[in-house]
Amino acid sequence: MISLRVLALLLIGAPVLAGAGMTLLTALGWQPAFGRTELSLAGFEQALAVPGLWTSLRLTLLTGIGASILSLALSIPIARWVVSRGRGAGWLAPWLAVPHAALAIGLAFLLAPSGWIARMLAPLAGWEVPPAFVTVGDPAGVALILGLMLKEVPFLVLVTLAAAAQQPVAAQMAAGRSLGYPPARVWVRGIWPVLYPSLRLPIFIVLAFSLSVVDVALVLGPGHPPTLAVLILRRFADPDPAQAVVASALAVGLLVVMGAAVLLWFLAERVIARFGSEVIAQGARGRPRGGLDVRVPMGLGAMLGLGAFGALALWSLARRWPFPSILPESWSLARWAEGAWLAPAAETLGLGAAAVALSLLLAVVWLETEDRSGTRAGLGAVIVLPLLLPQIGFLQGLTSGFIWLGLPPGRVAVLWALSLFVFPYVMIALAGPWRALDPAQIRSAASLGAGSGRRLWAVKLPILLRPLMVAAAVGFAVAAAQYLAVLLPGAGRVRVLATEAVALSSGADRRIAAVQALALAALPLVAYALALGLPAWLYRDRAGLRGGGHGA
Amino acid sequence: MRKAIAVLAMMAAAGPAAADWAEVLEEARGQTVYWYAWGGDARTNGFIEWVSDQTEAAYGVRVEQVKLTDTAEAVARVQAEIAAGQESGGAVDLIWINGPNFLAMKEAGLLHGPFTADLPNARYLDLSPEAPASIDFTVPVEGYESPWRLAKFVFAYDSARVAEPPATMAAFVDWAAANAGRMTHPTVSNFMGASFLKQALVELAPDPAVLGQPVTDAAYAAQTAPLWAWYDALRPNLWREGQAFPENESMQAQLLADGEVDIAMFFDPAAPAALIEQDILPESVRVFVPEAGSIGNISFVAIPRNAANRAGAMVVADFLISPEAQAHMQDVTVLGSYSVLDPARLSPDEAALFAALPSAPALPKLEDLGPTLPEPHASWMTRLTEDWAARTAP
Repeated sequence: MISLRVLALLLIGAPVLAGAGMTLLTALGWQPAFGRTELSLAGFEQALAVPGLWTSLRLTLLTGIGASILSLALSIPIARWVVSRGRGAGWLAPWLAVPHAALAIGLAFLLAPSGWIARMLAPLAGWEVPPAFVTVGDPAGVALILGLMLKEVPFLVLVTLAAAAQQPVAAQMAAGRSLGYPPARVWVRGIWPVLYPSLRLPIFIVLAFSLSVVDVALVLGPGHPPTLAVLILRRFADPDPAQAVVASALAVGLLVVMGAAVLLWFLAERVIARFGSEVIAQGARGRPRGGLDVRVPMGLGAMLGLGAFGALALWSLARRWPFPSILPESWSLARWAEGAWLAPAAETLGLGAAAVALSLLLAVVWLETEDRSGTRAGLGAVIVLPLLLPQIGFLQGLTSGFIWLGLPPGRVAVLWALSLFVFPYVMIALAGPWRALDPAQIRSAASLGAGSGRRLWAVKLPILLRPLMVAAAVGFAVAAAQYLAVLLPGAGRVRVLATEAVALSSGADRRIAAVQALALAALPLVAYALALGLPAWLYRDRAGLRGGGHGA
Repeated sequence: MRKAIAVLAMMAAAGPAAADWAEVLEEARGQTVYWYAWGGDARTNGFIEWVSDQTEAAYGVRVEQVKLTDTAEAVARVQAEIAAGQESGGAVDLIWINGPNFLAMKEAGLLHGPFTADLPNARYLDLSPEAPASIDFTVPVEGYESPWRLAKFVFAYDSARVAEPPATMAAFVDWAAANAGRMTHPTVSNFMGASFLKQALVELAPDPAVLGQPVTDAAYAAQTAPLWAWYDALRPNLWREGQAFPENESMQAQLLADGEVDIAMFFDPAAPAALIEQDILPESVRVFVPEAGSIGNISFVAIPRNAANRAGAMVVADFLISPEAQAHMQDVTVLGSYSVLDPARLSPDEAALFAALPSAPALPKLEDLGPTLPEPHASWMTRLTEDWAARTAP
């Protein structure tokens, strides 16, 4: 057990902590290669003098915390709606598999003043040139918040459903209703607060992601000034090494912001819990109100999602598509046929598969060791640390650390960085089904003389094939979506679909950006189809194994 | 006669240099050169792929382009490696570089060189001290980078919507007032946005000669005062009221293509024709330059001192200045970038390669481009960039 913890610490925890430590050292002015070994706070002073810093910080807080709170608020009624229907959650997993960057690029094509929506309105409004509206890149970050919410609401709905599956929700609902509460009130006041503790970790993951996301902010966020994470990335890219000190100081600042946001969240939780329990104790039944039908935001979200990918598909097939035409003037398959997307697609596939294989192996070893020793190591903070810290706060430091270790920038460094983010999700996806295995089956195998190795190979893994595949698909989707974790440790040498698509989205040619973004969205979906299809095909004659285990 | 002299000169120059070059070729065979180059232009990327095919066939050297969104990323990479004590086997073999990035790397001693004069095809270059290929933003090149394409600042406008583009930089204020929201410039932290301000500075500065010297506080205050007065008058009438700016020239080209603005800018006179050729810009787009001319410079390639594939990088730098590569590059259906070679040094056969190239309506004639104005010293750009950031920060 101890060796496992050490292994996890070395592979997952140490790089993150070392990267964050390296960032802090650089922020204090420690750059031995440039003859600077004296520590000072000058970097922080310079960081505070960065033009537009306060606007940038306000924007970061507004978009990061705003997107998280709005997503959570919407996820509550939507989760109830899905639970009450007993079905309709099937679209969640494939939608979550679509990388943020692909969605963001599609949304930009949809929402821009020259975008698909404006083109549809143009004949009615009489626009011959795009209207002077500020949509994508608006200074308040509304487009950015919207882009984040489109992915975060479904994520929070999915984790709410997973938590609800552990509770007798139907019985609780029946009890609540028999006491005269409308269903919405039973959900919000009776059931959801019980689920909340299981949602805390996912909420903090959403919060950390929203506060520090780079790819979505590059595509949908404002640029003058951008969010803190983008501001930091720009300064890391500056040729003047002194700017790395300022960038690191800002990155430390972002870590502090994240910490403060979490503290604030805990505080708000207390206040709401105290105030809320008084309200609940009053027992006001209320009336079923019309209110906002959850189908309105869901329909809007679905339309934006479909519109985004529709715009991507059209652009990828367009030859010329001037404003205000609703459809391309002329068509061409050239952007697909040129095949510029093939090499980054192969790289995405290879790196994703390798990161998934490594993570699955580590997860199986971890869980099997638990079984054999009879104790649980627990998931531990170490595993989820990479998900809770802002990426820009440790990935640049990690890259410097890799160079110190003699690991040159390239595929291996990227693979390691990717695994930091893939492993936690694989572990979370696999641990539930693994621990829910019926011990009687294992005991039967043992009584038939199967050793521990054979029990693993011949019993556990085949029974767990479907959860293993789902964990692999989740892991692959996570790997394919990573932008900074490829950009920084790859030194630009490793070109995957996410980095190519984001780079091309700031080019002049929407058509090639659309091709890369569509390929980026398609790969994880193919992985999902395989994950669900393979066990069904392998076990087509064995009904008991097909549905085995839980979903992700 | 001239040819005879050239041959004699070549023979004189051969000898030991040729033997050294044979060694370089030998060492380069089988190498893959990682060329860090801005990747925002698909045609440049296509040209680099063509270069790879050619050098692989001729010398067994492959080129792998590392597509950057900003050249500074490559500089930062080399710095990080040297910072970590990595003196060889570096990730970056060749960088497309100019101006402040070159100055930063040269001053920090991060570059291999001098090497330009060792390249056999350097015989086609005018490398005299005052020649454009010897000076990069007023910084002497001194053999630490090799030229590959000519860059000159131009504006593009959509002639379907704009009858008469502004004739001078000063006239942009009135034009923007009459056409509010219809023009913009890339953010000044980007090279292209800074070039727009420099183009205006060169025209508006009371004494442009001072701009060739490293900047001082007094000179900066005196020379930029008219520029900022001009900019303050212009800015409120820019796209999105001057509160947001496109990230780079490509995003601005996209705005022109969409009709969100009427004017774009490039550091390549052939770029609009190339974008029309690719069905990105409408066919009505034309090029214009201010009456007094526009700033220009040459794009270079440099080799970091810790490059893993130095010999291969030299072979690629040499191929880039071959008449064959330069003529291919000047073809508007390929890149349309003007050659950096000295036409006087080409043989008739080599000159014929250039004479046979096709033309296009949006491709300006060399004589329509006006004089090439010298770039201000690189230190001016740094000050302008910082000053602009402070002045426009919300």
